[in-house]
Amino acid sequence: MDMNAYLSMFIDESNDHLQSLNENLLRLEGEPEDLSIVQNIFRSAHTLKGMSATMGYEDLAALTHEMENVLDLVRNSKLKMDSFIFDTLFKGLDALEAMVQDVVNGGTGKADVTSIVSALQSIFSGEHKQAEPDQKAAATGESASADKPILLLDEYQTSVLKQSIDSGHQAYHIHVTIREDCLLKAVRAYMVFNLLEAHGEIVKSEPSVQDLEQEKFDRSFTVFTITQTKLEDLHVQIMNVSEVESAVVTLLDEESLHLLSTPTASQQAENEIKKAKEEVAAAIAVIEKKDEDKAPAAAAPRKEAAAAAAPAAVNRTIRVDIDRLDTLMNLFSELLIDRVRLEQLSSEIKRNDLTETVEHMTRVSTDLQNIVLKLRMVPVDSVFNRFPRMIRDLAKSLDKKIELVITGADTELDRTVIDEIGDPLVHLLRNSVDHGIETVEERIAAGKSEVGTIYLRAYHSGNHVFIEVEEDGRGINQERVLKTAIKNGVVTEDEAKKLSSDEINMLIFAAGFSTAEKISDISGRGVGLDVVRSKITSLGGNVTIDSAFGRGTKFSVQLPLTLSIISAMLIKLGSEKYAIPLSSIVETSIIRRSQILNVHGNLMIEFRNTVIPLVSLSRVLETPDFNDSAEEETEIVVVRKGEKWAAVTVDEFIGQNEIVLKTLGKYLTNIEAISGATILGDGQVALIIDPNALIK
Amino acid sequence: MGEELKVIVFALAEEEYGIEVDKVRTIERMSPITRVPKTAAFIKGVMNLRGVVVPVVDLRGRFGLPEQEPTDNSRIIVVAVDDLEVGFIVDSANDVIDIDTDNIDSPPEIVGGVKAKYLHGIAKLGDSRLLIMLNLVEVLNKNEIEQLMQLEG
Repeated sequence: MDMNAYLSMFIDESNDHLQSLNENLLRLEGEPEDLSIVQNIFRSAHTLKGMSATMGYEDLAALTHEMENVLDLVRNSKLKMDSFIFDTLFKGLDALEAMVQDVVNGGTGKADVTSIVSALQSIFSGEHKQAEPDQKAAATGESASADKPILLLDEYQTSVLKQSIDSGHQAYHIHVTIREDCLLKAVRAYMVFNLLEAHGEIVKSEPSVQDLEQEKFDRSFTVFTITQTKLEDLHVQIMNVSEVESAVVTLLDEESLHLLSTPTASQQAENEIKKAKEEVAAAIAVIEKKDEDKAPAAAAPRKEAAAAAAPAAVNRTIRVDIDRLDTLMNLFSELLIDRVRLEQLSSEIKRNDLTETVEHMTRVSTDLQNIVLKLRMVPVDSVFNRFPRMIRDLAKSLDKKIELVITGADTELDRTVIDEIGDPLVHLLRNSVDHGIETVEERIAAGKSEVGTIYLRAYHSGNHVFIEVEEDGRGINQERVLKTAIKNGVVTEDEAKKLSSDEINMLIFAAGFSTAEKISDISGRGVGLDVVRSKITSLGGNVTIDSAFGRGTKFSVQLPLTLSIISAMLIKLGSEKYAIPLSSIVETSIIRRSQILNVHGNLMIEFRNTVIPLVSLSRVLETPDFNDSAEEETEIVVVRKGEKWAAVTVDEFIGQNEIVLKTLGKYLTNIEAISGATILGDGQVALIIDPNALIK
Repeated sequence: MGEELKVIVFALAEEEYGIEVDKVRTIERMSPITRVPKTAAFIKGVMNLRGVVVPVVDLRGRFGLPEQEPTDNSRIIVVAVDDLEVGFIVDSANDVIDIDTDNIDSPPEIVGGVKAKYLHGIAKLGDSRLLIMLNLVEVLNKNEIEQLMQLEG
């Protein structure tokens, strides 16, 4: 049997399985008790093992086999997952990925995985627990402490509470239990929080606010709060929240604080348990939701529905080489040209059956065109799906707590763009994790929830796709940015004084710029954000920063759909045809010569009670056979760039059309006022106007 | 004997030129060209080559020779160098020949008005027929286009 014939299939399927293993392991970390996830993981691993063995990749098969052994124990409830097992399994996945990558590059898929294999074997035999007593304690302690959360304060929380006690405030420990028949526990918890926040400040809650919001708690939760309200009043008010069964409010003094912050020997162990548990449970949670407005609680069922639908979808897709799609696309445009010719011929010959046949062919080819164009569109999900794992690992290595919220993963982008945006996004996300999100201690000290949130959003807007990376971290310290910029010679001191706030933020994209005080694994190695910006610019996109010091930073990446369909207005200037993207057109209209005003030598017109500039397109484009100055009445297109508007004079409107964006190639770059080209139905090339360039 | 080199032969203002066949994607008859504003005069515009938008350069104009109206014999030779793809308008193109690389000499200083740096060399084809081998990388040099643009602008 010639294995080469199956190689590409093996690679594709292995990558699919590795991706699903990654995703499912992450999910399992969030819900360690859900054995159905383990089943999915086991199945993927098993298929991967079988495939590797058939293809003769023994090392791949051997490693998968060891992982399978461990998973089998978990599946049969003979082994409880803990963070050591998770780490080892993730390490195994990384090794498998590297091996498959080696196969992709023509290698034999061999790798030295003895350390991972021995770790897996020690898990299988149960030895790792003896080797690591902490872990054992964690594993056994977990079940015992499941319904009674142990609450301990860290140094920062203690000092915050202590200070407020010193300054005359009261610190309370409140244990709230909600009635068993309560339907919306998260809502009640939220109401209690609201109430407490109205009276003072919440220092810590167990479980965390995120977990409470997502109803990840049993019936009770504990809160540390600082307030000036009296104990009795607080108690009465909490009890007034409906469906609250009991509220135990305890006044904290220095002694009890001391007890909570310095664990005794037995508490020390419990502390370990708690840490291990938290690592497993809260290192990362990924919520996929289509719409941000949706209640978080709605996210879980959707995810399951998607998982259930996934296997069916796999069977119904095939993979196609992108070059073949390109060829198909180009052949199709040839066909369109012939179609136009046939239409002309049939209108000349005027034979009924010919006309009918041509009309039918026109309808069929229009449908065909839509399908061919859509084939190249890929959901951005194929890039996003590797980020949850990446954020998990980064968060772990930096000892931060981060939640990644992905929205708009179904936004479609042309394949060519998808292939390019991965790396810039990795950079931005790493930057957010490393520079943006604070450590747990810093977050608590700043009065934020200890889990930082990174939002990764994608959405369409006009003929662009926007991808945003936003976090609620520390924000850009403009003072420090300026200092570094001056020190690195990016700007002079005089220039620095004139910079606007936005311009200062953009300095972090300058080459050779890094505000990281120490070089970490994640960023600060000199491969900075300038690489991100140049990459995105080379794709014809743009990146902007929006940052509030202390509250977070948002990177907004605007990308064109290089090869996709946009709606455009086709216009004529003499014998030449141009397309103007509909997304930037406000309206079209006709004006008389007498309506044109002359303001300081600039032509303007009055439009909707404001005066906007009038731009002669034929002059900008230097058209040889049309001059609008001779016309008594002229057609105008009102275009906008942000808040600015301008009227553009044209010769004649042809009409609205769907057009395929094409680049002018690498030989013709940066042509003023031209953003690309399209091929019209008659096979001729029409240039696409960049309205932004017309508005100064 | 040196290596055999397959070459597309085309004519431009009484001279014969050659381009290695592996750099040529296709030879097309003249087709409608869409003017691109604010580009150098020798850039005639862009054409649709089976769904791909390809810039078209008048090679006479590129070499500073007097331009002329296209005739029935005019052809567009589409070349691909690195990731650049450009069509050249030439007076005619109708031959493919094999050249022994030993018969290619390095270019003299001035040949038929075309600057030496655009040339790879001169191939002798017997019967005192000379073939000018183009140095496509220099012909497609973008920096020079930008300089020309500034002079014109």
